[in-house]
Amino acid sequence: MKMKLQDHMLVPKHEVLNKEEAEELLRSLGVKKEQLPKIKATDPIAKEIGAKVGDIVKITRESLTAGKSVAYRLVI
Amino acid sequence: MKYDSLLNKYPLPKTLKEEIKQELEKLNVNKTAAKKIIERCYEMYLKNLMEPGEAAGIIAAQSMGEPGTQMTMRTFHYAGVAEIDVTLGLPRLIEILDVRKNPSTPMMTIRLTEEYAKDREKAREIANKIEATYILDIADVATDIRHMRIVINLDEKALERKQIKVEDVKKKIEKGLKTEVVEEDGKLIIQISEPSFKKLMDTFDKLKNIVLVGIKEIRRVIVRKENDEYVLYTEGSNLKKIMRVKGIDFARTTTNNIYEIYEVLGIEAARNAIIKEAISTLEEQGLEVDARHIMLVADVMTADGELKQIGRHGVAGEKHSILARAAFEMTVNNLLDAAIKGDVDLLRGITENIIVGQPIKLGTGDVELIARLGGRR
Repeated sequence: MKMKLQDHMLVPKHEVLNKEEAEELLRSLGVKKEQLPKIKATDPIAKEIGAKVGDIVKITRESLTAGKSVAYRLVI
Repeated sequence: MKYDSLLNKYPLPKTLKEEIKQELEKLNVNKTAAKKIIERCYEMYLKNLMEPGEAAGIIAAQSMGEPGTQMTMRTFHYAGVAEIDVTLGLPRLIEILDVRKNPSTPMMTIRLTEEYAKDREKAREIANKIEATYILDIADVATDIRHMRIVINLDEKALERKQIKVEDVKKKIEKGLKTEVVEEDGKLIIQISEPSFKKLMDTFDKLKNIVLVGIKEIRRVIVRKENDEYVLYTEGSNLKKIMRVKGIDFARTTTNNIYEIYEVLGIEAARNAIIKEAISTLEEQGLEVDARHIMLVADVMTADGELKQIGRHGVAGEKHSILARAAFEMTVNNLLDAAIKGDVDLLRGITENIIVGQPIKLGTGDVELIARLGGRR
């Protein structure tokens, strides 16, 4: 059985957005891709979910204050 | 239940929603009243949000800096979890913010899978497997100069306790030293080929450093019972190797070495680790800092996809403005380098504008007024 790094308790949920979702997100936030925080394509989790350079990764964090918060990172 | 649909219309955070829901259920009000209450809550929520242009970073810096001055410089003398010394207080906070690749007291908390966690013997078994064991831990080693050889007198009790076989010790030494080891009535003998005293001592030193069993970085393991499961605490840390050991519940195993977490589990896990470590360091000293400030710091440190320290080689050193960099550290060097290269400072940031005495682009200073001339339209 291969274990998944994503199961680790420190790793929040990562998902790759598809093209439509990404465009919709950038429109609703009113920012350019490059203005998002980054995640490296060599990041172990990015590799595991198969994110490629230029993709946007949606991260659902367990926040201490808000309970659940969503963040986005651009794969570089 | 009935309040969920009402609450879902408002973009409130999850924890707030739950809190409101609980209160509403306690009061057990009808729909119209509930709607009014939620409406008021939402108003209050909006009022308490950060204003655009607020100096969030400066507030975070002050909120962490002031309690920081009250922290003691005391580092050791304070046993952390289970007799393992852990750096605490200000030195530890500095370590976290500086993203040291080798923190002074790396430590791991290893949790085991169900099968191993309930049984002390089995937990001990894993502890033996990962703890670095050297030849001096399990044997007396003597150098015999007359015959140019090293005699290893194995301690059978220690071998049994650690569950190591003589055969394995022999093999490991042979592999590590690339020489033959002869077994002679319970003793292992290494014969030095040349009659050279230096060679003998060199081999002896090498022999002492061979890791017979376990992971080199894990210097000591302590087994402790915690809420009816056995947990391993280790001095030293190596997440990459530990995660491959059988019987370890990887998902619940952590280290206090943030850089290691970044390498193995990625940037988001590192962000979480920074927040967790910083909060626990502050809390341990009896200081209360709002998590939001620490979260902001962690966000800045991880924004570029790699761990950046707060300081000269990281966040502060990468600023665009020459004056801002010069104001932080190494003033003369920064100014000199900029002068040699003929750099231009566009005075767009805060620090630069304070230096030259202009209004800063923060708070009310962030707004610009444009008057439209030419009367009424």
